[in-house]
Amino acid sequence: MNWAAFWLTVRLAAVVSGVLIILGIPLAAWITFSRARWKFLVEAVVALPIVLPPTVLGFYVLTMLGSRSPMGRWWESLTGHTLAFTFEGLVIGSVLYSLPFAVQPFAASFGAVDPRLIQASQGLGVGRLGTFWRVVLPLSKAGLVTGAMLSFAHTLGEFGVVLMVGGNIPGVTRTISVDIYDQVQAGNYAAANKTAFILLLISFLILSLVYGLNRKAWSVWSWR
Amino acid sequence: MKLRHIVVFLFLSLCLSTIVCGQQITVAAAADLNAALTELTGKYSATSGVAVKLSFGASGNLFNQIQNGAPFDLFFSADEDYPKQLIEKGLGEKDSLYRYAVGRIVLWVPADSKLDLEGKGLQALLDPAVKKIAIANPQHAPYGRAAEAALRHAGVYDQIHERLVLGENVSQAAQFVESGNAQAGIVALSHAMAPAMKGKGKTWEVPLDFYPPLNQAAIVISRSQQKGKAAQFLEYLRKPEATEVLRKYGFTAPVAEPR
Repeated sequence: MNWAAFWLTVRLAAVVSGVLIILGIPLAAWITFSRARWKFLVEAVVALPIVLPPTVLGFYVLTMLGSRSPMGRWWESLTGHTLAFTFEGLVIGSVLYSLPFAVQPFAASFGAVDPRLIQASQGLGVGRLGTFWRVVLPLSKAGLVTGAMLSFAHTLGEFGVVLMVGGNIPGVTRTISVDIYDQVQAGNYAAANKTAFILLLISFLILSLVYGLNRKAWSVWSWR
Repeated sequence: MKLRHIVVFLFLSLCLSTIVCGQQITVAAAADLNAALTELTGKYSATSGVAVKLSFGASGNLFNQIQNGAPFDLFFSADEDYPKQLIEKGLGEKDSLYRYAVGRIVLWVPADSKLDLEGKGLQALLDPAVKKIAIANPQHAPYGRAAEAALRHAGVYDQIHERLVLGENVSQAAQFVESGNAQAGIVALSHAMAPAMKGKGKTWEVPLDFYPPLNQAAIVISRSQQKGKAAQFLEYLRKPEATEVLRKYGFTAPVAEPR
């Protein structure tokens, strides 16, 4: 078991779901409450990573963010290195890759809040931001937790983007999925088996939590 | 289209595909052969009428896939070890083992790089401007093992190993440098000479005594239903017109036949 790869992956997944909570909540709120006509375009863009192969994302990160492109040069002048082969590069790739897994549950739970509660809050003189903060968000806790956990789990299982832009550096970009791939390719089936099983267990645990959390009949969660 | 038409169409396309499949071999080949084998099989198919389907990857990956029943007829490795292991495991035809070429590695940098390759060779990698150096993954790519051996021979491995990025195979290592994400790479000479990369970079040929020889061997897979056709393709590779193409891509002629 490659613990360095394991903890690196956990760290990556935690950072990615953190970033997605910060970026995803305003984005999901806009998608839910905006009346803009072109909203469907934003919704389509957010959902793109579900259908696009990771190779497309990997290709763009390599070429558009590489030092051959203006954007890549700008990043390089800022940080001194290109995005490929770095932890930040993986974070950016994974945030894009897991975006719908956070934003869609967020938006769904915001949309499920009873509009009468929102109207009541606004009728009592609370502003839109205040209403969102004090009424919509607390009522959407289950959706927020679901989105955060799903993006965490999805990042744990990310492979294609990492293989394409990671460069397989131990402790920096060698994630658990790449480690399993390497073990299999090198014929170390026993090691691959062990790691794969642990990843399977963790993924099952997270998804069980997500579904358990969303089970209507379950009232243990007092805040729902 | 009426249903009857669809049935006829499906039937015809099925017939057609069986005809084509009968005249087709599937080849697993090391990533360094990408340009050379693509050209060779084009020529071969035109004269023999046998289509050759190519799958490229790191030799170790392909070896693993063959062990697990991948439907290849022929395997071109970037070393001799994997084909010999296939023979030992009863998965490769012993008599078909053929050393088709000797590979070479080069240090490759983009054309606008300021590194002094001619004067310094692999020592040029010690330059702090080189932030990332791409090689193939030594764990399953013979070219990666050769690159690592050369870096150790030059005495720079310990200083630079934290700057290494590993390509899944030697093609990906080349692509890391070509895309500008790594500043230097140790790649196959055949990549540096391939049309896609020619003129885009500067190369320094790593001397042959820096790394164990990259004797590359091919073998017919025992499970293949097309052993005859696979052997014929290997036979074709011995012809001067074929070795000429291999030489064009930087492969030198094999020194001697493996046992």
